[in-house]
Amino acid sequence: MNFPILSSLILLPTIGALFIFFVRSSNSQYQSSKYVALFITLANFFLSLYLWIVFDKSIVDFQFVEEREWISGFVNYKVGVDGISILFILLTTFISPICVITVNATIKNRLKDFLIAILILETFMIGVFCSLDLVVFYLFFEAGLIPMFLIIGIWGGERRVYSAFKFFLYTLLGSVLMLVAIISIYWITGTTDVIKLYELGIDAKYQNLLWLAFFSSFAVKTPMWPVHTWLPDAHVEAPTAGSVLLAAILLKMAGYGFIRFSLGLFPDASLYFVPLVYTLSLIAIIYTSLVALMQEDMKKLIAYSSVAHMGFVTLGIFTMTQQGIEGSIFQMISHGLVSAALFLCVGVVYDRLHTRLINRYGGLVSIMPKYAIVFMVFTLGALGLPGTSGFIGEFLVLIGAFKKNILVATIASLGVILGAAYMLWLYKRIIFGKLINEDVKKMVDLKRFEIVTLWLLVLPIIFFGFYPEPLINSIEVSVANMIDMNDLDKINKLALGE
Amino acid sequence: MENLQLIIPELFISIMIMFLLIFGVFKKNSSQLVYNLTTVSLVAALALIINLDSQIQSSLFNNSYNIDNLARFMKILLILSGIFVMLSSSKYIQISKISKIEYPILILCSILGMMVMISSNDLIVFYMGLELQSLALYVLASFNRDNLLSTESGLKYFVLSALSSGLLLYGCSLIYGFSETTNFNQIMVNTKEIEYGLTFGIVFILVGLAFKISAVPFHMWAPDVYQGSPTSVTVFFALLPKIAALTVFIRFLYIPFYELGDQWQMIIIFLSIASMVFGAVAAIGQKNLKRLIAYSSISHMGYALAGLSTGTTQGVQSSITYITIYLVMNLAFFSCLFMLKRNDEYYENIDDLSGLSKNHPLLSLSLLIVLFSLAGIPPLAGFFAKFYIFVAVINEKMYFLAIVGLLATVIAAFYYLRIIKIIYFDPEKEKFESKHNLGLKFTLVASTFFILAYFIYPSGIVDIISQININ
Repeated sequence: MNFPILSSLILLPTIGALFIFFVRSSNSQYQSSKYVALFITLANFFLSLYLWIVFDKSIVDFQFVEEREWISGFVNYKVGVDGISILFILLTTFISPICVITVNATIKNRLKDFLIAILILETFMIGVFCSLDLVVFYLFFEAGLIPMFLIIGIWGGERRVYSAFKFFLYTLLGSVLMLVAIISIYWITGTTDVIKLYELGIDAKYQNLLWLAFFSSFAVKTPMWPVHTWLPDAHVEAPTAGSVLLAAILLKMAGYGFIRFSLGLFPDASLYFVPLVYTLSLIAIIYTSLVALMQEDMKKLIAYSSVAHMGFVTLGIFTMTQQGIEGSIFQMISHGLVSAALFLCVGVVYDRLHTRLINRYGGLVSIMPKYAIVFMVFTLGALGLPGTSGFIGEFLVLIGAFKKNILVATIASLGVILGAAYMLWLYKRIIFGKLINEDVKKMVDLKRFEIVTLWLLVLPIIFFGFYPEPLINSIEVSVANMIDMNDLDKINKLALGE
Repeated sequence: MENLQLIIPELFISIMIMFLLIFGVFKKNSSQLVYNLTTVSLVAALALIINLDSQIQSSLFNNSYNIDNLARFMKILLILSGIFVMLSSSKYIQISKISKIEYPILILCSILGMMVMISSNDLIVFYMGLELQSLALYVLASFNRDNLLSTESGLKYFVLSALSSGLLLYGCSLIYGFSETTNFNQIMVNTKEIEYGLTFGIVFILVGLAFKISAVPFHMWAPDVYQGSPTSVTVFFALLPKIAALTVFIRFLYIPFYELGDQWQMIIIFLSIASMVFGAVAAIGQKNLKRLIAYSSISHMGYALAGLSTGTTQGVQSSITYITIYLVMNLAFFSCLFMLKRNDEYYENIDDLSGLSKNHPLLSLSLLIVLFSLAGIPPLAGFFAKFYIFVAVINEKMYFLAIVGLLATVIAAFYYLRIIKIIYFDPEKEKFESKHNLGLKFTLVASTFFILAYFIYPSGIVDIISQININ
């Protein structure tokens, strides 16, 4: 396979962005730049779909590896995918065209710039998921801040400046320590190549500090309690497409980073810090669920629910069991779809009434029946009803957790109940109840492009809920290999005194 | 004669200075012509330097004048920056009515002084170069003599700089007293033992040099001078003296006093940390763009010093890379500043940028790229500059310095973001003029492109710089 398929995936959106940038257009041609963006993102989606089909799921090694000298004698540009990263790439390329479609209703000014920002962001996101060198990873990881900062700041709501700054500075502060750690790894082992590092391993005496440095970055990005406060602000102020990308993909970078780097490079330290991660995850699950119950702003509620769901993800990863890690990955994919869909749903009603306050709505079921149906599917997906993809993820995570620590698993299970509580209550307050407000009565049901985008998300949520096999298949070997390679089982058993 | 062949570029510039001085006096209204001739002679000097045989590594004039890779690279950098400064500011000096024949000639004098500094391998030669460049700069700073701020900045710079030169000279005399020589290599041979007088000498010289690159706590002059001087001089201040002073820093620390590393390392680390942190914090409250960039350059010098403080060749190389990228970023920033013109008046307050992106999308985009790069966000060139520094610093296990430096980056990111916020998120104001002369546009496009595309082939500059070897 000589065709550099991964680099094409990374570069294609940027080429599209450059194309849109250089083709000067008057106002009437705004539409055309949208079609260009849609075409590029769709092409990227099919390319990644092709990648997934050709990808050999039974091999543990990284596939489609490309390596090129970059900073001479120091860092090589190296990309490749295994069963885990390929799913995230698919998620990214699947969500991006949906974001492009939504700009129709939400972006009123500077459409061209917005599309460029989204396309550039897609480049960086795909880059994060397939880079196999720590420096390259860091580059993509940080670079994503620039377009997201602009998306929130230029097209956001009233407090956009505050939110954009908070988002940028929080994440930057978290990441700088990771840079120190990456450079330290280079001087300790002589390479930043992830595959080589997997083989070499890192001396246990350095692992704890390095783990913490990586953790500081990923914890902010995940976000874990107590550094989650940027997320509700960012979500509330970002335009719909921005919220969707943020929830669906940017947060997953951290979860992916935990699996790929924290577990992969520092197995001893990961084990050492399990209690810390458990505690923070449980607080995230319970505390932010309670906070979510009290929200009056829809986007804030969903943002807090994201924190809770990501709590399950971190919990699952650090159970270090096959089921736990698989569950976490599944949960991330599922949450990527569900939260994207929920933000789109909020966007739909926000475009009509220009408010996100829950109590301004009510009784939508009688005037927007189509909306009520899709919103219900997503609500159920978010609370993890069997038959939706949300269930599989949470279920596997809980199995993993029960294997390791019954107390933790029990508390986490309570989070599922709380999740059901706030999601159903949200649904009840918006969709059911009496139609009181005059302006709500005038709202129209879903338009065609909204139906398309939302049903595009309904399908995979239900499909993977009933038939999770394709996803599990793809990650199974890689996860098993990761557990074997780092002797996580053995380390676990030693720790338990078996 | 052989010696003279190797200093042809310097000789050429000296001759041009004298020629242009006479030419300008005898020909009426020739200021623009002299300006253009100066630019041309800089280009010619650049060609002469590049033309020199790059294999030659020699010490001229009784071992007091070095022609080596370091000197060659820094001189090319110096003259390139000089050319770009001349290109970008030609319109400005016409409009600000400071277009006099003395202006370009003073710039040439100062560049000549810097070239001597860069090559110097002897305390006396070094001091001669330093004074030549400083005297020219005093006049340049107060060149807009009808403007109160400009006069003030010139006077302030003169008084403080003279003081620092005095300290520096005193340090030189101490070192001469304790080592019986002024030649750098000879000093190294003669000073195997540490004596108090010698340490004091080092400290005095370091203070003088720190003043020249405006490292904290010797930075007081920078914001006032940056703000008060005409912008065309500010850009000169921000770029060229830094190159010369950094080269002298490198030579001074790594040739005569390399063995005494433990004597100066702590001082450099302190200067570095203080500059990084102070520069980042103090810039937050600024309202004037020139003042802000003064604090920003203080902070950037802190990073360059961090590379020097490692005491390794790799550290020196990372500092040189840093200064190279710093030059390009500042050049781009000032080019943007030169474009903020409306009805023959230049605007330099941060608020004037409000909503710039609606009226001038391309200019704002360049500013966006430059500012994110100054903040050190990947994948722009500014990130790589910092990256090399931290690679060198962490290699020496100086984790404290690295972490403080990175935290200062986050603080600094705040004020860069604030400018971006004003450009992109705030309501728009009146339009600026959109017609600019070709030189300015070319400077901006070239420097922005360099910043943006640096990541595609980062090895290029690193490879060139890796040939620079001290000792």
